[in-house]
Amino acid sequence: MCLGIPGEIVEILPDQPDLAKVDVSGVRRAINIGLITDDEPRPGDWILIHVGFALSKIDEAEAKATLDFLEGVGQAYADEMEALRESGIE
Amino acid sequence: MRFVDEYRDADRARALAAAIARLCDPGREYKFMEVCGGHTHTIYKHGLADHLPENVTLVHGPGCPVCVIPMGRVDDAIHIAERDDVIMTSFGDMMRVPGGRGSFFDSKAHGADIRMVYSPLDALKIARQNPDKKVVFLAIGFETTAPSTAMTMLRAKAEGLGNFSVFCNHVTIIPAIKAILDSPDLRLDGFIGPGHVSTVIGCRPYEFIAREYGKPLVVAGFEPLDILRSIHLLLTQLAEGRSEVENQYGRVVPWEGNPRALRVIAETMEPRPYFEWRGLGFISHSALRVRDAYAGFDAERIFDIPGGRVADPKACQCGEVLKGVLKPWECKVFGTACTPETPIGTCMVSSEGACAAYYNFGRFTRDRVREATRD
Amino acid sequence: MTERSAEWAEAAVREHAHLGAADREEQVLERIERARRGRTRLREDAITLAHGSGGKATHTLIEAVFLDAFRNPLLEPLDDGARFGVDGASLVFTTDSYVVSPLFFPGGDIGDLAVNGTVNDLAVSGAEPLHLSAGFILEEGFAVADLRRVVASMRAAAETAGVRIVTGDTKVVQRGKADGCYISTAGIGVVRRPLGGEVRPGDAVLVSGPIGEHGVTIMLARGELDIESDLASDTAPLNGLVTALLDACGDGVRRMRDATRGGVATVLNEVAGDAGVAVVVDEDAIPVRPDVRGACELLGIDPLYVACEGRMVAIVSGDSAGDALAALRSHPLGEGAAIVGRIKADPPGLVLLRTAFGGTRIVDLLVGDPLPRIC
Repeated sequence: MCLGIPGEIVEILPDQPDLAKVDVSGVRRAINIGLITDDEPRPGDWILIHVGFALSKIDEAEAKATLDFLEGVGQAYADEMEALRESGIE
Repeated sequence: MRFVDEYRDADRARALAAAIARLCDPGREYKFMEVCGGHTHTIYKHGLADHLPENVTLVHGPGCPVCVIPMGRVDDAIHIAERDDVIMTSFGDMMRVPGGRGSFFDSKAHGADIRMVYSPLDALKIARQNPDKKVVFLAIGFETTAPSTAMTMLRAKAEGLGNFSVFCNHVTIIPAIKAILDSPDLRLDGFIGPGHVSTVIGCRPYEFIAREYGKPLVVAGFEPLDILRSIHLLLTQLAEGRSEVENQYGRVVPWEGNPRALRVIAETMEPRPYFEWRGLGFISHSALRVRDAYAGFDAERIFDIPGGRVADPKACQCGEVLKGVLKPWECKVFGTACTPETPIGTCMVSSEGACAAYYNFGRFTRDRVREATRD
Repeated sequence: MTERSAEWAEAAVREHAHLGAADREEQVLERIERARRGRTRLREDAITLAHGSGGKATHTLIEAVFLDAFRNPLLEPLDDGARFGVDGASLVFTTDSYVVSPLFFPGGDIGDLAVNGTVNDLAVSGAEPLHLSAGFILEEGFAVADLRRVVASMRAAAETAGVRIVTGDTKVVQRGKADGCYISTAGIGVVRRPLGGEVRPGDAVLVSGPIGEHGVTIMLARGELDIESDLASDTAPLNGLVTALLDACGDGVRRMRDATRGGVATVLNEVAGDAGVAVVVDEDAIPVRPDVRGACELLGIDPLYVACEGRMVAIVSGDSAGDALAALRSHPLGEGAAIVGRIKADPPGLVLLRTAFGGTRIVDLLVGDPLPRIC
């Protein structure tokens, strides 16, 4: 259920403060930001879009933490593979 | 795409798959349910199962709103749509969903004015442009989608738009999970929790699952690495003998959800005493209806609706398949009366349904596919 | 609440009752295989939009109605054009009808579509396009200025492709009975050199450029989705590109198809089905513009199923893959060409995708058009 896509706020529409122009990989649409006004969305923020509404603001620090974890697992795996390869040579 | 591509990386997936394999006890079978149809979609689209050990099985849950909408409700919507003064609007997902008398597409072919929209606000726009018509929005979806419907009703009220109404079929996820947990023949080791529902309801509503049923639940994002990481977190909990609610999708899901979204739902909608789910039957307090204060925007009160129930054929065993009790091929009508071209049951309706997926992919063993895709 | 049964579903169950329940998985899989190979049946009592999508519903309609009535050896391959000999010359004859809304869109209009589409059907059949016919169905009230504009782009497209429009027809229907202007073109071409025989394991699969631009452009140009983009249709005549490919690879070229309705996924399925081979493609290798991807992600559709009007899929022998790629890339319409996969023997009739995530999935035919979804 519930297709949600990340997009970047390009501008808050001056005449309709509930609407923001949002860029998704080069295409743009007006998205209603009325559900996330408590987070004070502004241009440059990334949001999660569902059926024309922003459901939440994407938390950059949390995103980085997830990626850092994946990076760590990846590094450990690469080291292990390397060790395996070296032991194979000997 | 930012926040998308970095979570689809094959090397990271292989590393995580190795970590998952290490966590698994080879003598044990693990069954996790991904509650949400969006997760099922991700799992198939990216071929995620190829990264899982053979003894980890994913069971597809009830979180596909078009799969669980009962046929009687589809018939009711078509009944409204066939009126000359009505323009019916809904998401593309609804167009092919069969009711007792065919789908929206069939009804459109016979002359009903049914239009696809991207957002409920687009339905509002159609209402403004067609003041001589009654524009009805067939609302489907879980708590993710309900706030958008609520905001649209608030806007319609503010504008005094008299020709717009909502045929409300919003459902709520917690009662459905509880119904699954309470079914006696169920054996699940944990849940991959619905990420986008949780942006609205937060993570607290799941705590009873960990506490009272002793099952771990990890709220998961929708990219394939999110799901692999969530399986990793579930296996870690099992290995350590814990059952907790964890949030893998912190970049999007705040622990407390979106209070403003919950407020607009509560302002415009209230729980129904009970609602029918295809495959699961009647579940109490599992859906939303429009509140009295918004009666003027409630299609159920504006139009005379037959409101009958359409029974699935007795031979259809979707309920058992949904709960992971039966394998798709064990159902009495699988592959004969019920096929992706003429889906009888909910598991065959959507291409991500357990039966449709098995119908298309199940014929091939992993070895055969692996051989074909080898360099 | 009244309860009734879904007559169509009960009928399907009755119809298959004689088969009884399967007690072995293999038995079910055999049934599915038999059903796939058997005659397709048209179940609907009225035409729906899905019958025009190029997917499963279209195939069913063609086989159950048209092929059934017209059956002959030239029609039976159901190729882009019929191939036959006249006094020692090998000819290809093809026809296509064009309905598009809006009539004018970024990158083209219905006029150049109608010329390019028929030129391309001839070119990918290995023929040099010679002459075209053009039939117009015009709606009462259609602006003459618009008609002139359409016709001017047809002339320009014909000049670019090096063909002439040598015969035609005009009909006018009452206002409301058509959407402005429909065009039907037919074309005849001559085969000067034969293609290199059956598609077989070891062959390479190429696409001539980024996919999905036309289909997404049209979807957005309708305006209902309110999405802005800089996208333009890829409509173009492919005969020059085909010539470049044949010059470079000769009979190393086995088969070409232009990826129109149903997109690259549908073409690959037809290749796999016709030759009884497996087509294995790499998601990473398939060229897709970022904005096409963005629009597809937003709407929940898969670019593999989105129409192109100036892109082709070519199957060439494994030995000629490098030359084929170089030849395509040396032509302005093939700058974005790529080798996207290869032909394997097993499992026959299937298209397998190796996902960027390191998994695999089956790329099946869609039943109808890809619809925007929210789930």
